[in-house]
Amino acid sequence: MGAGHSHALYVHEHSVVHRMAPQAKLVAALGMVVSIAITPREAVWAFAIYAAVIVGLTGLSRIRPGFVAVRLLAVAPFVVFALFIPFIATGETTEILGITLSIDGLWGTWNILVKALLGASVSILLTATTEVADIIRGLSILRVPALFIAITTFMIRYLELISDELGRMRVAMTSRGYDPRWISQARPIASSAGALFVRSYERGERVHAAMLARGFTGDMPMPDTELANRPQWAGVLLLVGVFAGTAIIALVVL
Amino acid sequence: MIIAMHAPDGFLEPVIAVVTGIISVVVIGFALRQSREQLKDKAIPLAGITAAFIFAAQMFNFPVAAGTTGHLLGGALAAILLGPSVGAIIVTTVVVVQALAFADGGLTALGYNVLNMAIVPAYGGYALFRLLRRVFPATAGGVVGATGIAAWASVVMAAVAFSIEWLFGASAPVAFDTVFGAMVGTHALIGIGEGIISALAVGAVLAARPDLVYGAQDLDRAQLSESKMGMRTFVIGGLLVAMVFAVVVSQFAVDNPDGLEKVAADTGFIASGEEHSLADSLFADYATAGISNEGFSLAVAGIVGTVVTLLVVYGLFIAVRESRSRDPASV
Amino acid sequence: MSGVIDIRGVEFSYPDGRKVLHGVDLEITAGERVAILGPNGAGKTTLALHLNGILQPHAGTITVCGIPVVGEHYREVRRMVGLVFQDTNDQLFMPTVREDVAFGPANLGLKGEALDRRVDAALEVVSGSELADRPPHHLSGGEKRRAALATVLSMEPEVLVFDEPTSGLDPAGRRELILTLADLPMTQLVITHDLPLALELCPRSVIMNRGRVVADVPTSDLLDSPDVLADNRLELPYGFDRSGDALSS
Repeated sequence: MGAGHSHALYVHEHSVVHRMAPQAKLVAALGMVVSIAITPREAVWAFAIYAAVIVGLTGLSRIRPGFVAVRLLAVAPFVVFALFIPFIATGETTEILGITLSIDGLWGTWNILVKALLGASVSILLTATTEVADIIRGLSILRVPALFIAITTFMIRYLELISDELGRMRVAMTSRGYDPRWISQARPIASSAGALFVRSYERGERVHAAMLARGFTGDMPMPDTELANRPQWAGVLLLVGVFAGTAIIALVVL
Repeated sequence: MIIAMHAPDGFLEPVIAVVTGIISVVVIGFALRQSREQLKDKAIPLAGITAAFIFAAQMFNFPVAAGTTGHLLGGALAAILLGPSVGAIIVTTVVVVQALAFADGGLTALGYNVLNMAIVPAYGGYALFRLLRRVFPATAGGVVGATGIAAWASVVMAAVAFSIEWLFGASAPVAFDTVFGAMVGTHALIGIGEGIISALAVGAVLAARPDLVYGAQDLDRAQLSESKMGMRTFVIGGLLVAMVFAVVVSQFAVDNPDGLEKVAADTGFIASGEEHSLADSLFADYATAGISNEGFSLAVAGIVGTVVTLLVVYGLFIAVRESRSRDPASV
Repeated sequence: MSGVIDIRGVEFSYPDGRKVLHGVDLEITAGERVAILGPNGAGKTTLALHLNGILQPHAGTITVCGIPVVGEHYREVRRMVGLVFQDTNDQLFMPTVREDVAFGPANLGLKGEALDRRVDAALEVVSGSELADRPPHHLSGGEKRRAALATVLSMEPEVLVFDEPTSGLDPAGRRELILTLADLPMTQLVITHDLPLALELCPRSVIMNRGRVVADVPTSDLLDSPDVLADNRLELPYGFDRSGDALSS
């Protein structure tokens, strides 16, 4: 699963969700996804609640449902796998339309599908309402180690540049008639990849020199972020409360 | 066929998500400390830019066989170029950003996604690389050959790791041996692409800036100029690695399944005789149900899982040892 | 008498053994604008990297405003010498232009409002205030140059060193840059292949070749000596007419 994400999924809108501080959104997303994951699969009503809330959030964020649906296609390979399960699984079987399917298998498919799709929807909403740089700022507020944040910041900064360079290399090669169809023709690609790595490394050295030239002594400046205010945290608490509560009830009742 | 990397939520049971999450946090914390020491402040722009490079490289799919495409994982390559700990950090960054900013991979799946795609390939791949370098000639060609095989193996290791996680935390009733067979089978193919690309890329870097290859710091100019590697040595090395799993397992040949179960029982994997109580409590029912020869499968899981774990642990060990002996001024 | 930049007998070799500087002597006085010309590989960029201590000479000394460029003084020297790199992407490494411009003064200890004011002032000088919140990879070549200049101006340097400032710019972008530079009061060293730029902006030209200074003359004299130019792989643009007014400092 690599080719899907050449562009971040941010959608520029003005909504309450967009305005929320990133660290609050990260906490909310995590709370929701964990609740979804621990909910027993038989509690179909719980998943209905989750789905309803997520649809509501999508509206609140002014994101088009179609947008989310299209992005959900990225989960397709796993969907395909999940759909195979009732055919290859074990246990008691039942017959649907003349085909023998495993009951447990059907439940297994449901389990994977509903959690994967709901979880992915939450992720998609998060990325659609939060710019990448803000997500990183949110992480740093949540005490993710500074070295990790710094590396991530540089990665994001230079990602487009490097993809462009890689893209240009491919254009140059294709213009000279190179059309790789088999892995055996990987030599030029791999050599260009090696050359690109050397150039990237040397750029890293030059950036380091530029940092030194502006007085860098080892401490990266910490990104400046606004703290989430009370109403935002209250909203997060409510949202996570609903999800967690539903999950706990589902666990207890079953 | 499916590639279960960047797994979404719900694929494995929450218990596994938590356990692998804890393992990943601990190992990455260790890797961060190692990275800080090893490269000082130069690490930051360098590691970030290399992460961008791996991220970009992952965007290009290549065909491996009819209907299957794969893409670069990059863990072994990053480890051989920049060291195992830095390599692990870099791929972790890629995986985490893909999950948080590109919605690729579930948030609750980060624990095992990081473990399978970053930690296992970087440390396990690097450990195998070091072992191969001991038997391969000390030349640029030897480094390239070792890289190719280690990178191939790192992809297989990732598939094995996922399969073992399935054994303990399957969320659907698909037997372990089905998952194992499918995962390891397809990734043995995909790994070929990883191996070739990694080997050629390291070769290109060695030709231009040999000082940039962490895994080749011990070579002098003369050795670096020797870029061909004996075909025979390479093939033997490759087959040796590929056969480690197969040969060891085939000792417990199918024509002696009882013997296998006995071994499995002796080694404590299964309680012999009565209901497999250990299996019940530890392994996911789903994963063990329906396997025609449970003992065989679990023995395979045990042996293969142990080999991968040993390689990863050895990788961690080398990382510590190398950072102690490395002259700080030379990096 | 010592000038604002004093380079004496500097020699330097890269780790792979290549000797790049074979004894460079150069003195620049305050407020001067000097063009550094010469073929590729002459050591111009290498020399520039010595001025703020990124590279250390194997022989010889460098002094900036009377302060020797050695370890204990790096912090001060790096505030005084602003280096604008050839590839702007190397210099704009933060997520937004504002953060890049703030990087330098923040390292000098500025915070809060004082920092914001410094950033805004620097962006004003380069007419780049509207670029503040944009990510650098979305800027055009000319915008990146202006932003890169601002990142250095925010440290309030005494000396500016430019490495190929007009490369990759379209004619309008080039004109904007020249006008900006002409208005800056600090001492300027401009490494360039752009002879008309040298003529317009820098009364004095220094030619480097094979790691040494081979000529140090008023720019106008230089442009009348085609032999000297040819020896150093330099050439006037076709149909160049020198009747335009040269900007003096």
